[in-house]
Amino acid sequence: MASNCSERQRIAQQRLKIIAGHIQKDEDGEPTRIFANNCKGEDADKHSSSTTTMPKRRQEIMKWNGWGYSDSRFLFNKKGQAEFTGKRYRLSGMILPSLKDWFEGTFGASLQHKTPAVPSLNSSSVQPPTLNEDFIQDLKTTGIQYSHEAEDRIFRAHGHCLHEIFALREGKFGRVPDMVAWPSCHDDVVKIVELASKHNVCLIPYGGGTSVSSALECPPEETRSIVSLDTSQMNRILWIDEKNLTAHVEAGIIGQALESALNESGYCTGHEPDSMEFSSLGGWVATRASGMKKNIYGNIEDLVIHIKMVTPRGVIEKSCQGPRMSTGPDIHHFILGSEGTLGVITEVTMKIRPIPEYQKYGSVVFPNFEQGVACLREVAKQRCAPASIRLMDNAQFQFGHALKPQVSSIFTSFLDGLKKFYITKFKGFDPHRLCVATLLFEGDRERVLQHEKQVYDIAAKFGGLAAGEDNGQRGYMLTFVIAYLRDLGMDYYVIGESFETSVPWDRVLDLCRNVKERIVRECKEKGVQFPPLSTCRVTQTYDAGACVYFYFAFNYRGLGDPVHVYEQVEHAAREEILANGGSLSHHHGVGKLRKQWMQESISNVGMGMLKSVKEYVDPDNIFGNRNLL
Amino acid sequence: MASKTLYSQRDPSLKKRDDFEDILEERRNSSDLRYALRCYTPVLYKGMTPCKTTILKTIVLQSDQLHHVINQVAKETGEASDIIQEEAVNILEEMAHRLQLSTIRFFAFTLSKAFKTLFQSVRVNEEGIQRLQQAIQEHPVVLLPSHRSYIDFLIMSYILYTYDLALPVIAAGMDFLGMKFIGEMLRMSGAFFIRRSFGGDKLYWAVFSEYVKTMLRNGYAPIEFFLEGTRSRTCKSLTPKLGLLNIVMEPFFKGEVFDVSLVPISISYERVLEETLYARELLGVPKPKESTSGLLKARRILSEDYGSIHVYFGQPVSVRSLAQGRINRSQYNLVPRYIPRKPSEETQGFVNDTAFKLVRKQEENMVLRPWVLIAAILMQNLDGIDSVLLTEQTAWLRGLAQAFGAFLDWPGQEPVGKVVSSSLSLHHGLVRVAGGRVQLAQELQETASPKEALFNHAVCVLSCASYRNQILHVFLRPALLALAMDTAATSRKDDVYSSFVYLRNVFSNEFILCPGAMVQDFEEACYLLMKCGAVQILKQDIVVTERGQPILSFLSGMLEPFLQGYQVVCRYFSEEVSEDLAEKQYIPSVRSFAVKCILSDSIRCYEALSSDLQKNALAALLRMNALRKVKVADQATLKVNKMAVKMLEDTLGGKVPAQKPVLARL
Ligand SMILES: Cc1cc2nc3c(=O)[nH]c(=O)nc-3n(C[C@H](O)[C@H](O)[C@H](O)COP(=O)(O)OP(=O)(O)OC[C@H]3O[C@@H](n4cnc5c(N)ncnc54)[C@H](O)[C@@H]3O)c2cc1C
Repeated sequence: MASNCSERQRIAQQRLKIIAGHIQKDEDGEPTRIFANNCKGEDADKHSSSTTTMPKRRQEIMKWNGWGYSDSRFLFNKKGQAEFTGKRYRLSGMILPSLKDWFEGTFGASLQHKTPAVPSLNSSSVQPPTLNEDFIQDLKTTGIQYSHEAEDRIFRAHGHCLHEIFALREGKFGRVPDMVAWPSCHDDVVKIVELASKHNVCLIPYGGGTSVSSALECPPEETRSIVSLDTSQMNRILWIDEKNLTAHVEAGIIGQALESALNESGYCTGHEPDSMEFSSLGGWVATRASGMKKNIYGNIEDLVIHIKMVTPRGVIEKSCQGPRMSTGPDIHHFILGSEGTLGVITEVTMKIRPIPEYQKYGSVVFPNFEQGVACLREVAKQRCAPASIRLMDNAQFQFGHALKPQVSSIFTSFLDGLKKFYITKFKGFDPHRLCVATLLFEGDRERVLQHEKQVYDIAAKFGGLAAGEDNGQRGYMLTFVIAYLRDLGMDYYVIGESFETSVPWDRVLDLCRNVKERIVRECKEKGVQFPPLSTCRVTQTYDAGACVYFYFAFNYRGLGDPVHVYEQVEHAAREEILANGGSLSHHHGVGKLRKQWMQESISNVGMGMLKSVKEYVDPDNIFGNRNLL
Repeated sequence: MASKTLYSQRDPSLKKRDDFEDILEERRNSSDLRYALRCYTPVLYKGMTPCKTTILKTIVLQSDQLHHVINQVAKETGEASDIIQEEAVNILEEMAHRLQLSTIRFFAFTLSKAFKTLFQSVRVNEEGIQRLQQAIQEHPVVLLPSHRSYIDFLIMSYILYTYDLALPVIAAGMDFLGMKFIGEMLRMSGAFFIRRSFGGDKLYWAVFSEYVKTMLRNGYAPIEFFLEGTRSRTCKSLTPKLGLLNIVMEPFFKGEVFDVSLVPISISYERVLEETLYARELLGVPKPKESTSGLLKARRILSEDYGSIHVYFGQPVSVRSLAQGRINRSQYNLVPRYIPRKPSEETQGFVNDTAFKLVRKQEENMVLRPWVLIAAILMQNLDGIDSVLLTEQTAWLRGLAQAFGAFLDWPGQEPVGKVVSSSLSLHHGLVRVAGGRVQLAQELQETASPKEALFNHAVCVLSCASYRNQILHVFLRPALLALAMDTAATSRKDDVYSSFVYLRNVFSNEFILCPGAMVQDFEEACYLLMKCGAVQILKQDIVVTERGQPILSFLSGMLEPFLQGYQVVCRYFSEEVSEDLAEKQYIPSVRSFAVKCILSDSIRCYEALSSDLQKNALAALLRMNALRKVKVADQATLKVNKMAVKMLEDTLGGKVPAQKPVLARL
């Protein structure tokens, strides 16, 4: 037993390092470790473990008008070199020597032309809250914490769409929640929802706040008091069932906390969306999130076994935890993707897996994007996709290069140089056409190595050359810092965003080409002075298609209303996606941003079905964020 | 109701003319051989994957599209699929081009020689060339020249070679392959060959469409074809054919390319090489089968002066922009794209409208020489006209044409008289000037029977008409309005409008009238007649002004031959045909009827002899349900609705006012 236990601990340690490897510098550097209080209504459960928590006052550790932790950001230092501050990430404290040239060259931007954000939040420009006194009176009796301070309200009035952050940087606030409440367990939520129904208060569930679909925006026309229901204090793992490999978890837990807590017991969920540092389990369920390693672990809908949701009609849940059921339409699917319109997800039973013994990164360079896609298609056909496989187009490959940190050792740079020579000259790859796939393998060592060989053999058939572990690892590390880069761009007239879709294999290339070109053309037509960055990558493979992710950014100097231009272009890009057989969304969800296309996406009858569910579950529109429908 | 929107876009004709460059000029001053051998490095489509003609064929043969159809055909016929595959290989062999630069160089050399003897100049609008060069790099390009002569596509390739532009691949009719040597030469200069009719042959269609689409998707080369499908024997634009246009647009509809640029090109000949050949053909002297010796006989042609050629490369039209808001591309989302599907009604309508738009662009950009004005006047003075009067009227018509936005190429400062006389001498084969009178030529042979004499004269008339036809599109809408005002019951706007719509409908096989554009056409006509002061548009009525009378009567005079021609056809059906008529007898027998009418002096309308008019009238009668086509004993047979035919005849003859309800009751 003892040895078993220590073996498990060893694996857990290793696992933590791995996560730290692609997210954080080291666990101990984490400055905030706040523990949840036990739910007042309940006795402390022995098995439940408290985990890293978001503070109620998120603004203490996070930016109020940009992405992520306050201590971490990109800036151009006095020498004009790009630098990433803080200590959390592997990139923290490093200089990125080529970023400036790439930045100026790609966008026609200049370090001379700055567009700084307003320095601090001016509470007086926030509309005073519309309070429902009766509701507050009743709430007080429950002991549930709440606040109507401007800073708390502002923080929960937005997700991370470009227009939302842009407005914050300018110090402009629209309709914001009138109050924030912090339930600390399922029963608290039941009480809040009852009171809200009684007093006709509008509730908007808030998880990690990473939404990119305007889902958290308060409808400006809402006249009732709006309460943001922040789930962050409901963050315990209530039990772990090692027989069935499941864990029962409160829905407010954020991704990285869930993983590190499970890791301590030798397990993981394997669900790693790029936003996992901040996004919550409830948020994932509410948006049908997808994690980078879904090839092994599945997407959120494959991971959940049981869901509890509090609605104005009462609590909805299934009576057992059978792995599959034939009991009519799966009611989980009304909850998955409900985007906070039906109720609050409070507890979820999720599959867990033992931490994999071994992990290995990898990368492959292809002569062009077409070959790369053909390779991914073949990998999917043979159903041998690694935990993660992503294919970046040439522009992203170049971008990746621009993000290389300064190297300390001469040796590495020499090797790098050699590699570049090999790729561009020797093999005759055109540096303006080649593209790179990054890979992540997981499992036991032997199988990983076997698997790796299989994938590289396929790649070779499509002209792919193995390009090393480092390139692969850097690729994944970057996914966690890339969100910080947008804030840097916004300091210098550059705005941008990413969006995604899923599409059948035979249309991947056509869709990528057409959408990218549409973006370029629309920018030109809308008077954007410099060619935009319009690039894509294939981020997930499925049997019948792929998920494609686009990045789009441009220099807005000379434009009167850059956000409007941005939105028009994004709108056009979405139309193009739909015209080319892509879906409205693979994992970001619909929110209010993409609502206008719902009808054509799911048909009139489909809309009617969803509407009738909403009508039954929430006739008074208590959950009034007006997403989806 | 009148609006200006349509007109403001028209380039002022003078500006357009200044941009033309004569590409023969350089040829007259420097070595043709060096020109033929010079370095040729055209800019290419940015998304092109270069490939050889053999690889191209392989791509086609291995395509999912073709495989699908091969398997389908195999299943339907019970034949083994490799036999069908073999068949596909053969079809492709027969079809595919083998574009070779050496052949192009050969043509560059020989055509230089030939063009210099045949033509005074070959003028090309340089701006159009620049636009085309740009377009070629950005998107797959489809070149759509007008079709008046065999040499159209030689000219096209010649020009593109001259300007160092990508050489096109050209859809050509199979009949060329009858001439072994020439056929193969053309194949090597980029022509690919399509059977004239392959209705229902799935495999053929699949190979053909996949071949074209593969070239388009890969940006292999600009694709060239003739929207009109065949050479227009009358110099009027022909109703566009949609097959190939459908094919080249499909890759855009299906998202396989970002956009496709359609480039309308207008090739205007001062004198068409085939001039009298066409007239004879229209009169029923059967078309000579294209044979090498036949073409060689054409060497006789080389001793003649054919004036100048103008080639106008129009503004590239983006299919994407046209389709915006009209085509829902996601209609292709739910079925694999390699499965051929009949285009939806929406798509068909769109392709049809686009085709008409493009043909109208071709028309608008046709460069018109003074002679077409003269021909238009002569056609209303078949007995001849005093040469002074002719000069006067030409000057007058020139003004009117310009007011209507005609793209006239009028020689600089020269006095009208001189312009007229030099035009007459270029076309000496068609006109005689004697004793101060200008008259259509008429070979008076002693021995000729009256019928032969009639045909001889008709050749002249139809030749001359073909020049008038070149400018018809400029006057067409106002002329229809002029006619409508003649035939309408009152001068009330709505009466005139319904007459207009009626006539427009009758003649919609005869002229290029965009389907559904009744209101626009009416507004355009009103606007133009108002602009030249011929009519006043009052609140309720349209009234003729004093100076408008001659304008209106000239305009309706222009359409008179068509009006009469259609009446002859109607009379034929009501007087000559009992009830049924085998369709294949129609042309010869309506022609005899027309001959009879002319000889008996009941009409003077030689154009009723033209098979083109006869076919168009037939199509109109069928469309308007005055005739029905049925199969009787495996023979296409026409069934006549006498009442309806008579009604049409009377309406055209002005005996009954045209009214839509009347039409509806037919
Ligand atoms: C940099 C970045 C990277 C991202 N990467 C990914 C990725 O890899 N994969 C992916 O799937 N998404 C990704 N996203 C999108 C986003 O992280 C997901 O949509 C995520 O699931 C949202 O979770 P959240 O906890 O932040 O929810 P929030 O943003 O707080 O809320 C999202 C919606 O869910 C509702 N909601 C939240 N919690 C609950 C609850 N408990 N009960 C009911 N409704 C609730 C809210 O009302 C809102 O409508 C990314 C976003 C960013 C900014």
